[in-house]
Amino acid sequence: MSEVYVIGAGETKFGELWDRSLRELAVEAGLKAIEDAGIYSRDIGILYGSNSLGAGISYQNDVGSLIADFAGIAVEHTPAVRVEASTASGGAAVREAYLAIKSGEYDVAVVGGVEKLTEVYGSEILDLTSTLLDSEWEAFFGATPAALAAMTARRYLDDFHVSREIMAMISVNDHSNASLNPDAQYRNKLTVQGVLDSVSVAEPLTMMDCSPLSDGAAAVVLASEEFMKKMKIEGVRIVSSEISQDYLALHSRKSVYEFESAKIASRKALEKAGIKNDDISFVELHDSFSIYGLIELEDLGFAEKGNAKSLVENNEIRLDGSIPVNPSGGLKAKGNPYGATGVGQFVEAYLQFKNRADKRQIKDVRYGMLHSMAGSGSTSVVHILGGE
Amino acid sequence: MGELSRIWRESDHRYRLIGHVCRNCNTVYFPPRDICPTCHRDSVGKMEEIQLSGKGSIFSYTVVHDAPPAFRRQRPYIIALIKLDEGPTLTAQIVDTKPENVSSGKRVHAVFRKIREDGSGGILQYGYKFVIDEPPKA
Ligand SMILES: [Zn+2]
Repeated sequence: MSEVYVIGAGETKFGELWDRSLRELAVEAGLKAIEDAGIYSRDIGILYGSNSLGAGISYQNDVGSLIADFAGIAVEHTPAVRVEASTASGGAAVREAYLAIKSGEYDVAVVGGVEKLTEVYGSEILDLTSTLLDSEWEAFFGATPAALAAMTARRYLDDFHVSREIMAMISVNDHSNASLNPDAQYRNKLTVQGVLDSVSVAEPLTMMDCSPLSDGAAAVVLASEEFMKKMKIEGVRIVSSEISQDYLALHSRKSVYEFESAKIASRKALEKAGIKNDDISFVELHDSFSIYGLIELEDLGFAEKGNAKSLVENNEIRLDGSIPVNPSGGLKAKGNPYGATGVGQFVEAYLQFKNRADKRQIKDVRYGMLHSMAGSGSTSVVHILGGE
Repeated sequence: MGELSRIWRESDHRYRLIGHVCRNCNTVYFPPRDICPTCHRDSVGKMEEIQLSGKGSIFSYTVVHDAPPAFRRQRPYIIALIKLDEGPTLTAQIVDTKPENVSSGKRVHAVFRKIREDGSGGILQYGYKFVIDEPPKA
């Protein structure tokens, strides 16, 4: 079985990109990644399009073929499929590409993640984002993604005596890092007070606890070790790739503040990599809501349950801390274009390993952990990169 | 949203709070499910309908300000995780009270109400909501 490397990465700016279509965004990111890798379209063995809500928002399915078509590779008849795993589509798509190469079937796979969430007017987007919940038993009754996160937050803050301010620090940290990332949606600094004073979405969460509606695309090129050496490219190794599931609905889970999917996927990924949390130089985690950032720090193994607050309090999650969280700016500030989000985490990791992350560059990067999660925790995909 | 067959299919469970019980391990499930996550294959053919009491307590809750179109006229509304006395937890609104009266642990019971309005002149959909129990009179 071949080792698998990321040999190129690219993304569009994330944000409200009203003048750009789904296909334009995907093609821009794809071209950047391919140029970065220095390969040609004929080298591509298979393409995975990652997208979650294209059918509902842009009336567009079969996003794999759409990307291949407008990337001009339809003439090569390169296989292209769409991977959909809710807000974890990006991580899940990269994992499919990883497996395709690992199996020996392909030498090069491209993953293009894209989403356009600002195409829908007003609160109607909530009908679409709420399709990621259990539609008949959660969304039907008025639950939204933010409402679920809020109910989790209320119990978490109460049970573990965590202050509202600590939770806000997750968003503050994202904005601080995003201010150094030219691709980020929000590059303004945020204060704890600014989070608390923001408009209420679902109590106790304010708008500044919630990732924004984003458009954007991200792409990575994965290759076998053999191809990489043949092309004399220096890639970043994907050391391990794991995925795990849980109940779809929050009300069916064993705990509202324990993402078992994240726990299991990260344990397995660390085990396969033969490393411990201490060996990780940075983590890109799925903080679609600030509360999820705290919980994931625990479930990914960086803190005991209920104790992520100490990492936050002691500034350990900052770029210069012991476990920098979301150097990219995370879902809150870099942005959260569902299908592109998890692929964008790979773009950030690639830049970090290549020492191309400019002002947000983390020193002496050894391993990076990437966590892509569906909805309120139904799927987690965890990748570990680096190690050479 | 709102195709008639989908509404009709689940209406009995929503109108009357009918769950499933696994006769292999006696665990009660709501919403109903055809396979017991504990017993797997051993539960096939042993999942029976069960009428739930509609009594339970609030596990957690939120006040929703940013609401989907079908709920806009109800804004802000209270959504809760309610742990039913029979065991399962469900997601539902709490009504006939103010947010300041709601807290985790409070006893609630189910009532039958209009849940949502799909579009102006669209279908009205009904189901369960919950209200806080009256404190026992001294
Ligand atoms: Zn059973």
